[in-house]
Amino acid sequence: MTQKPLPTGAGVLATTQPLPDYGKAPELSREDRLRWYRLMFLTRKFEERSYQSYQTGLIGGFCHLYNGQEAVAAGTFAAITDADPVITAYRDHAHGLMRGIRPGPAFAELYGRATGVVKGKGGSMHYFNVDKQMYGGHGIVGGQTALGLGLAFATKYLGEKKVCFCYMGDGAVNQGAFHESLNLAQLMKIPVIYVIENNMYSMGTAVERHSAPVELYKRALGYDMMGVRAEAQDFDLVRQVSWTLAERARKENMPAILELMTYRYRGHSMSDPQYYRSKDEVEEYRKHDPVEILRGRILSEGTVSEKDLDKLEDEVRKEVQESHEWALASPYPAQSEIYTDIYA
Amino acid sequence: MAKIAYRDAVRDAMSEEMARDSRVFLIGEEVAQYNGAYKCSKGLLDKFGPDRVIDSPISEAGFSGLAIGAAMYGLRPIVEFMTFSFSFVAFDQIVNNAAQIRYMSGGQIKIPMVFRGNSGGGHQIGATHSHAPENIYATFPGLKVVVPAFAADAKGLLKSAIRDDNPILVIENEALYGRESEVPDGDYLTPIGKANILQEGTDVTIVTHGRSCWTVLEAAQELHKMGIRAEIIDLRSIKPLDWPTVFASVRKTHNLVCVDETKPFCGVSAQVAAEVQRACFDHLDAPILRVTSVEAPMPFSSALEDECIPNVARIIEAVKQVVS
Repeated sequence: MTQKPLPTGAGVLATTQPLPDYGKAPELSREDRLRWYRLMFLTRKFEERSYQSYQTGLIGGFCHLYNGQEAVAAGTFAAITDADPVITAYRDHAHGLMRGIRPGPAFAELYGRATGVVKGKGGSMHYFNVDKQMYGGHGIVGGQTALGLGLAFATKYLGEKKVCFCYMGDGAVNQGAFHESLNLAQLMKIPVIYVIENNMYSMGTAVERHSAPVELYKRALGYDMMGVRAEAQDFDLVRQVSWTLAERARKENMPAILELMTYRYRGHSMSDPQYYRSKDEVEEYRKHDPVEILRGRILSEGTVSEKDLDKLEDEVRKEVQESHEWALASPYPAQSEIYTDIYA
Repeated sequence: MAKIAYRDAVRDAMSEEMARDSRVFLIGEEVAQYNGAYKCSKGLLDKFGPDRVIDSPISEAGFSGLAIGAAMYGLRPIVEFMTFSFSFVAFDQIVNNAAQIRYMSGGQIKIPMVFRGNSGGGHQIGATHSHAPENIYATFPGLKVVVPAFAADAKGLLKSAIRDDNPILVIENEALYGRESEVPDGDYLTPIGKANILQEGTDVTIVTHGRSCWTVLEAAQELHKMGIRAEIIDLRSIKPLDWPTVFASVRKTHNLVCVDETKPFCGVSAQVAAEVQRACFDHLDAPILRVTSVEAPMPFSSALEDECIPNVARIIEAVKQVVS
């Protein structure tokens, strides 16, 4: 096993082309900053509760947790607006919760209930919230990369000056659909940003065992594309680099790969015994926790007291517990639901 | 009513719908500057420009997925496959994304789009280029599949498909592109899910679709000389399939022969036979027979290929056996 590099706080680590200088991303208001912290904390607590629920048999099928990766979804989302479409793979709870899915329907989906966000028809891997431009939740590795291209194409076709952030794991970089999408994106000048959430393991296969070039952002070189590698435990650093790439996409219709170096604390899915890495490695990473980093920064800025932050966290814990109970009390779908939503 | 070629009917359908709705665009290999590998998009680039008539690299998974994503956002794409045999390169995009995202999103998303293009064998282009895949795609809930045999339906079914809010495969046939037949004037639509009785008869029902319609019509003339009156049904739509029309005809003629170009195993004719024996068991005077492609990859030599696709001789033999 190769020791994984720990975060250094450097932010951007490497690029295939010089990054354009659009300056600093606009400052977030105190309220917005707290809102993003709250969403990261909510995601962490939601996933911890999901972990328990899976262990006790409340969740069937697959369940992929986001613990440790929260600054990826939060930092990138905070760089764009809720009008910009986003799409991701199957590790999608964070993207759903941060794009407006309430924890109640989110839990209810995991428990297969009628009140689930997609009526119990999609499960953990298929959260959708089109009202907030969240287009799934997709189970086939890499399959969503072509859809993200199409969402971005449509915004350009309609002259909307938007950008689509399309998320994928590091394991998806070897799928053909991804490479076809990269070529089309650069060729047709489509404003899509491919965010590789590099948690360094494709299920149980470490990056150096699944990818010929271990620096995944360099896949962009084959397509004359902008590729960026950046650290991803710090919300503010993620937001800054994401904002620069989003501005470039809006102004110049230029796509990019953004490889974000992150780490998942849990296994690939709940059934993963994690024989492929050491407990020490995981513990080392926990010292660079994205939720703790943003919490510490907010406190050091002095705009919020520790007492108020504790209160906010207690509210979230309560919301998660109540949502879980509400979901458990929800009915299962009627049998007739099998045959609805097949055709429009 | 004018007589026009099938390929021109396809083009007219796309041209009229693109003029009618700015959300409709065409993407595929050679569709723009080359005017389409089979000239189905001739003149569309000049008329609508490169933003709406888009030449794609050879990249079926990529451009199919692009179109599905665009449809998720509210556009109404038309994807041209140079041949449906190449659609298998995009199989995951079609069957996992186009077909199932509506369901998995709990009905939040519509995929209003069309995949269309050439299919079928008979042109000595070998096994990889000669698939007739309508039965394969028809097995996926969420997809609709139509197969026009005549110019009127090439236009009418395609226009209906473009206006439909679901992903629809419009499966054409190279052998038909140059054939002329009458197309009603104006904004002509063929309803999806409605079969067409091409010829009324009393002795046997022949259920067919696509290019085989022409072969069956030719065989019917020979049968007529033998005193056999065949009722011929062109399914036009494989999914949904017009069961009432099929059942009513079998209850009238008491005999059924199914003819189509898909493979015999799990093919369209197998599906029709299964449903008819269930619904019309007491009305049947003889076992249902099927005339289909054969259980082999498509050979190159024309001497062999001609035997692998339903032909007049095999159809006549099957009908004679059923009515004897």
